[in-house]
Amino acid sequence: MKYLCLVYCDEGLLHSLPDSPEDAECMAYAESLQGGGRMLAAEALKSVQTATTVRVRNGQMSLTDGPFAETKEQLAGFYLVDARDLNEALNIAKGIPAARVGSVEVRPVRELQP
Amino acid sequence: MVTLAQVRAEVEAVYRRDSRRILATLIRLLGDFDLAEEAMHDAFFIAVERWQRDGIPDNPRAWLVSTGRFKAIDALRRRARFDRSQADLIMLLEGQAQDPSDEELLGDDRLRLIFTCCHPALAADAQVPLTLREVCDLTTEQIARAFLQSPATIAQRIVRAKAKIRDAGIPYQVPVLNELPERLESVLRVIYLVFNEGYSASSGDALLQQDLTDEAIRLGRLLVQLLPDPEGFGLLALMLLQASRQRARTDAEGNLVLLEQQDRSLWDRERIEEGCALVRHALRSQAYGAYTVQAAIAAVHAEAATADATDWDEIVGLYDVLQRYWPSAVVALNRAVALAKRDGPQVGLAEVEAILAAGELRDYHLAYAARAQLHAQLGHVEEARAAWQQALALTRQAPERRHIESRLRELG
Repeated sequence: MKYLCLVYCDEGLLHSLPDSPEDAECMAYAESLQGGGRMLAAEALKSVQTATTVRVRNGQMSLTDGPFAETKEQLAGFYLVDARDLNEALNIAKGIPAARVGSVEVRPVRELQP
Repeated sequence: MVTLAQVRAEVEAVYRRDSRRILATLIRLLGDFDLAEEAMHDAFFIAVERWQRDGIPDNPRAWLVSTGRFKAIDALRRRARFDRSQADLIMLLEGQAQDPSDEELLGDDRLRLIFTCCHPALAADAQVPLTLREVCDLTTEQIARAFLQSPATIAQRIVRAKAKIRDAGIPYQVPVLNELPERLESVLRVIYLVFNEGYSASSGDALLQQDLTDEAIRLGRLLVQLLPDPEGFGLLALMLLQASRQRARTDAEGNLVLLEQQDRSLWDRERIEEGCALVRHALRSQAYGAYTVQAAIAAVHAEAATADATDWDEIVGLYDVLQRYWPSAVVALNRAVALAKRDGPQVGLAEVEAILAAGELRDYHLAYAARAQLHAQLGHVEEARAAWQQALALTRQAPERRHIESRLRELG
């Protein structure tokens, strides 16, 4: 089963807490998952200040600056993994270095019905 | 040739004894609660006819599991005509080689089911109802009455939890060793919640409360039988020792009787003996937790012939252990009360005041009750009255309110 692990964190604090992970640690973790054959994709994201939100209504596109919702914690990155079940996905999420300073939401991927 | 009545009696007996085990195995084989439940009922239904024709099988449980599994595959096949996505599942199920007569595997299935129902990824308020429904076979109506909720609310929580188990891929699995402590904690917590709901609930349905207490003890027994972890023994001991006082805890009018005033001849000796033996067993393991220490405290009370004979020194020492490894404000309060017994009300009161000043128990009626009791012992009538009144303002349960009101009347 595929799971998306969404890493949320207060951007202002993500890199400044004593427990904050360094990029090298995050890369090492992603590589270790890759080695185990569990990872499909993983990326860190630039700040929400760089976000643009797109909507299409009645065929018309509108753009707004910023994320679609203002929240206390922001989406900072994601891991798309292929796990045997939720337990394995939760185990992977537990190991994500940013989980020490933020939160990881684990969501099963829904297969689209053709 | 067996008669229909004989077959019916046998089917009913197997249902009473084994239906939860059969269900647990079918859930593992089919991977779906609702499908498994339907399959099990189909299997019992078919059993009445087949067993009359062919005789009662040597292993009725294995017969029911395998019949249930075939019925489920049939049902899925019928559905597959409308829904292509079922086809893969059928192939998967048909490919499984299963020997459902394996005793060890069947035992594991119930344990798997307990761990699944108590999975921390499920909503906290759904874990208890789901466990009572699936593992203990209580009806939704019984659970609703016990928790003073509407059956619709309980049913909805159970349905949501089952949907999450299916859709999020929560496995039917006993956790691997490195996850076990955390997950076991969640199972023990659910069992103790069931127990407490039965033991200290305010609702009037005494019979049902008794059911919950017994059910929790039954679950505790099942758990230690399947997974002999020291803290599981500790929890079972704690429940047995607390339940041993059930008959002495309230008087004929339903008023609370404090531990000190209880008629100890009403205590259930059998449960005390078993509880004390289990505590000793858990303590010897050196791998026990907070439930075991609480059980040890209950055991010291249980072994005292009279309230005055209580070994308060031992009890304070056990609270010290609790406070060191599993600190909480409630533990500190209980320790203060024990300290008052050992070293006098003045010493206890100073502790209680410090705990109240720290603020965490500001809304906890028993903190004010402890303060009131100690002031009363020291002859501080006004302070005692004020504290009882604070406790009363924070108490909703009728027996506790009556208890506080009578303490207030004693002060004059």
